Amino acid sequence: MQHNGLRLKALKAAFPHTIPIFAGFWFLGMTYGIYMNASGFSFWYPLAMSITIFGGSLEFVAVSMLLSRFAPVQTFVMALMIQARHLFYGISMLDKFKGMGWKRFYLIFGMCDESFSINYTAKIPQDVDRGWFMFFVTLLNQLYWVTGSTIGGLVGSLITFDTQGIEFVMTAMFVVIFLEQWLKEKRHYTAYIGLAAGIACLLIFGADSFLVPTMVCILALLTFLRKPIEKAGGFA
Amino acid sequence: MTIQQQIITIAMCVLATVLTRFLPFVLFRENRPTPAFVQYLGKALPSAVFAMLVVYCLKNVNLIAAPHGVPEAIGIVVTVLLHLWKRQMLLSIAGGTVVYMLLIQLVF
Repeated sequence: MQHNGLRLKALKAAFPHTIPIFAGFWFLGMTYGIYMNASGFSFWYPLAMSITIFGGSLEFVAVSMLLSRFAPVQTFVMALMIQARHLFYGISMLDKFKGMGWKRFYLIFGMCDESFSINYTAKIPQDVDRGWFMFFVTLLNQLYWVTGSTIGGLVGSLITFDTQGIEFVMTAMFVVIFLEQWLKEKRHYTAYIGLAAGIACLLIFGADSFLVPTMVCILALLTFLRKPIEKAGGFA
Repeated sequence: MTIQQQIITIAMCVLATVLTRFLPFVLFRENRPTPAFVQYLGKALPSAVFAMLVVYCLKNVNLIAAPHGVPEAIGIVVTVLLHLWKRQMLLSIAGGTVVYMLLIQLVF
């Protein structure tokens, strides 16, 4: 009984923090489900992918990967590059996840951008169990995403309006993320490196095989130009 | 793609994601300081990766044939302007997408 009270209290404390994520994840999740449906996949795909991958941007990219030529190595490297930022979330959460027992496993597994942001910044009241608080933040966020994308996948076939062009939602999403990052920075060297490497490799290698060369170029340029970039500062 | 190839493709995404999320907790068990190069990459990589993803989204746009990427350009401009104006992520994404859909369905 006391244990239930502890969990309920943590759930009540966690829920308000996740309300904005609920709105966002249902909108993006449904769009993702509808997009998958329009691309010819049944709702099982967004359902399974939201549970197992649980990473919005990668799931969008995965749709176009599933529609392209089978290329597991490129898929893996691409996924690593998209998800690489999690490495740095993890580094930031090393201490906060200490002593969480079995919950730690799920906290790490479900550490998407939004769950990380809340769990990293939220001021958890003294009398609320930190482990259960972070657990519920992560769980609620994943529930929103999984239900949103599954509903999108289910109702996608019932939608009577023309969905042609809905795939632009992915472009718009990355434009906004890129813009947000851009506005945070004082200098944009690393953004230019990404743009230049991407466009140059696209022109040289073509649409189907430019990603791996682009990623190699980015890593090489960031490594070789580390000194001037760090000296100039103003990024991140 | 066959169903097996689809499963492998999705599994690759899962594996990469799990790897990036768990690796720090495996590597840095003690409170050892994070290597400086890793810290640098953590700050420098996101912008470059997001830029690459924007290029990736536009990889099949044909600038030579009609409509010369005009719907995409307008969609991006609308997205950016909406975002600079209201700074509401969902509004910007929805607005840009709706404008793009209307353009390719009704205009081009």
